[in-house]
Amino acid sequence: MAATEQTIKQVNTLGSSDYKYGFSTEVDEIRPPKGLNEEIIKFISAQKDEPEWMLEWRLNAFKVFNKLPKPQWAKLNIPEIDYQDCYYYSIPKSLKDKPKSLDEIDPEILKTYEKLGIPLKEQKMLSGIAVDAVFDSVSVATTYKKQLSDLGIVFCSISEAVKTHPELVKKYLGSVIPVSDHSFAALNSAVFTDGSFIYIPEGVRCPVELSTYFRINAMNTGQFERTLIIADKDSYVSYLEGCTAPMRDENQLHAANVELVALDNAEIKYSTVQNWYPGDKEGKGGIYNFVTKRGACRGKNSKISWTQVETGSAITWKYPSCILQGDNSKGEFYSVAITNNMQQADTGTKMIHIGKNTSSKIISKGISAGKANNTYRGLVNILSKAKNARNFTQCDSLLIGNQCGAHTVPYIESSNSDSMVEHEATTSKINEDQLFYCQQRGLNSEDAVGLIVNGFCKEVLQHLPMEFAVEAQKLVAISLEGSVG
Amino acid sequence: MLEIKNLHVSIEEKKIIKGLDLSINKGEVHALMGPNGSGKSTLSYVLSGKDKYEINDGTIDYNGKNLLELDVDERANEGLFLAFQYPMEIPGVQTSFFLKTAINSKRKYLGQSEMDALEFAKLMKSKAEELNISTEMLKRDLNVNYSGGEKKKQEILQMSMLSPKMAILDETDSGLDIDALRIVSEGVNKLRNSDNSFLVITHYQRLLNYIKPDFVHIIADGKIVKSGDYSLALELEEKGYEEISQTA
Repeated sequence: MAATEQTIKQVNTLGSSDYKYGFSTEVDEIRPPKGLNEEIIKFISAQKDEPEWMLEWRLNAFKVFNKLPKPQWAKLNIPEIDYQDCYYYSIPKSLKDKPKSLDEIDPEILKTYEKLGIPLKEQKMLSGIAVDAVFDSVSVATTYKKQLSDLGIVFCSISEAVKTHPELVKKYLGSVIPVSDHSFAALNSAVFTDGSFIYIPEGVRCPVELSTYFRINAMNTGQFERTLIIADKDSYVSYLEGCTAPMRDENQLHAANVELVALDNAEIKYSTVQNWYPGDKEGKGGIYNFVTKRGACRGKNSKISWTQVETGSAITWKYPSCILQGDNSKGEFYSVAITNNMQQADTGTKMIHIGKNTSSKIISKGISAGKANNTYRGLVNILSKAKNARNFTQCDSLLIGNQCGAHTVPYIESSNSDSMVEHEATTSKINEDQLFYCQQRGLNSEDAVGLIVNGFCKEVLQHLPMEFAVEAQKLVAISLEGSVG
Repeated sequence: MLEIKNLHVSIEEKKIIKGLDLSINKGEVHALMGPNGSGKSTLSYVLSGKDKYEINDGTIDYNGKNLLELDVDERANEGLFLAFQYPMEIPGVQTSFFLKTAINSKRKYLGQSEMDALEFAKLMKSKAEELNISTEMLKRDLNVNYSGGEKKKQEILQMSMLSPKMAILDETDSGLDIDALRIVSEGVNKLRNSDNSFLVITHYQRLLNYIKPDFVHIIADGKIVKSGDYSLALELEEKGYEEISQTA
């Protein structure tokens, strides 16, 4: 597809450094002082012109946050985070007064997205993909809005949805991830800034990919994404998110909450290509990516499928999960997690089987290079009423070099004798003879690694929407640059 | 084309090649024969640049370049091709995609633009037909679940698509039935011309019935002990390695 090729070309011409998205954009920002307190939460809520109930919800979440300890289960070395030394809100001044059209948006910001391969202007928009572009704490623009609303599909920023669809937001926000789930979830609920809101009405099959592009630009600023997707009965939607950030020496926090709800016979396909700045070779800088993603298959025969390609971030802490409530509902998790240099990742999924005949499938491919550590952590929990539940799990790890680590931590709990749970796991080192073979055919060592690793990940990558699969393959190869040789 | 002088090679302190000289000109086919452990495969790996081998002495000149200073992929892109005795499996990578990647790597190295998809498909189809390789097979993952014979045919397909200047065939005949041996040999013979050269490494004279060499060398204990024309292979078949090595 031409758009994707163009994207790749653009991305490749950005700067000469290994991280191709590391530039920053000069814009005047509106930022309250650093620190986390009720005043800041009130400021955020006021900036967004939120109704009273939303502010109360936030303040309550902040109280909960103050009581909760930091989650400790991951095999990660997370430095102490000083929540008071961080900005919680930053928006470009030019976006304060809600530009009516793209012509009113600061050209610098439009240029940023163009450089990232995400043109927002009508004549250049990616075909077949509607995009919501989030810049630091605010949504810049959403493309194809009109065409989608003709079908009754709501695709807008969550800030907008709070005002335009309060009944849906009130009903579903926090219904999949309770505020009290853990401290990052509570923190996000208190200070979330922007993200996407999607509602697909009954019987509608969304004709295009919906996509959000998250960009962190400002320094010392946390990004608190909140996304809510509701697929009503008999509907279908495929959603994709992409993420990048400038190269900076300080660590920055991205703590997201993403909730999905699928009603009877509905299907949600959620894909992520995460390429936050990973820090430099010595482990300086990079994004802390603490993400809670959870989908509820509430209706019978519903299906939620997560596909993730995690290549960026200094630390990734993320477990996209499915609660399989409806009878015959299905959950899937396809994951590629790549860590290089000093990166750390602890990622996996939880499949909670509640309804009868529920099934889940987990395919995880972890790749570790440099001095990185990569952990798969998963839970398959089959409750007593989940008669005939099925799970299949396959975890493969690939090691490049001898200073990295791969770990697999699967938990299986079954309270039901009718169910069947299968788990397969392998760990291998990249084979020197395979590399030599490829090089003897003229591939340089980096292309050879890229080819072999892409082959290793193929089962997962083929689940990405076609337009992004090519880009993801490229990204897999780029992330491992310098890992051999 | 290739000029090896006084080559000494060891692996983990063990001396494998002990003063080998070999000169191959453009348009020539040389056969290298010898018993197990004589250093045949080591020579093919040293020429293609596999690491872990230590070059203790000697020089290798390849078309005016010091071969030992080139990386593995540089040697390949300069037209040196090794048909592996044990071709590697690469799961998840379609055979046709691998072929395309290899061809375009070489074109990039030579400063040429990528081959367009149609041109590539045509080339692959015609070359595959010559070797009796089905298009179905080209869609499968490279060498995964291929039979021994299929793997060897695949090597020859890669060779004919990359049209190397200097091709080394490392025991390509092992594991081939008589029909496959004939097809593979015909594939090699089609490639022969006055500008390229072949080094055919084999245990048995059988392959040389199909690929007629201009020169035959016998290697024993890391050295070439006898060289001659095609008749040497026949003599070897009759007398065996031991006797030939002793009379050398």
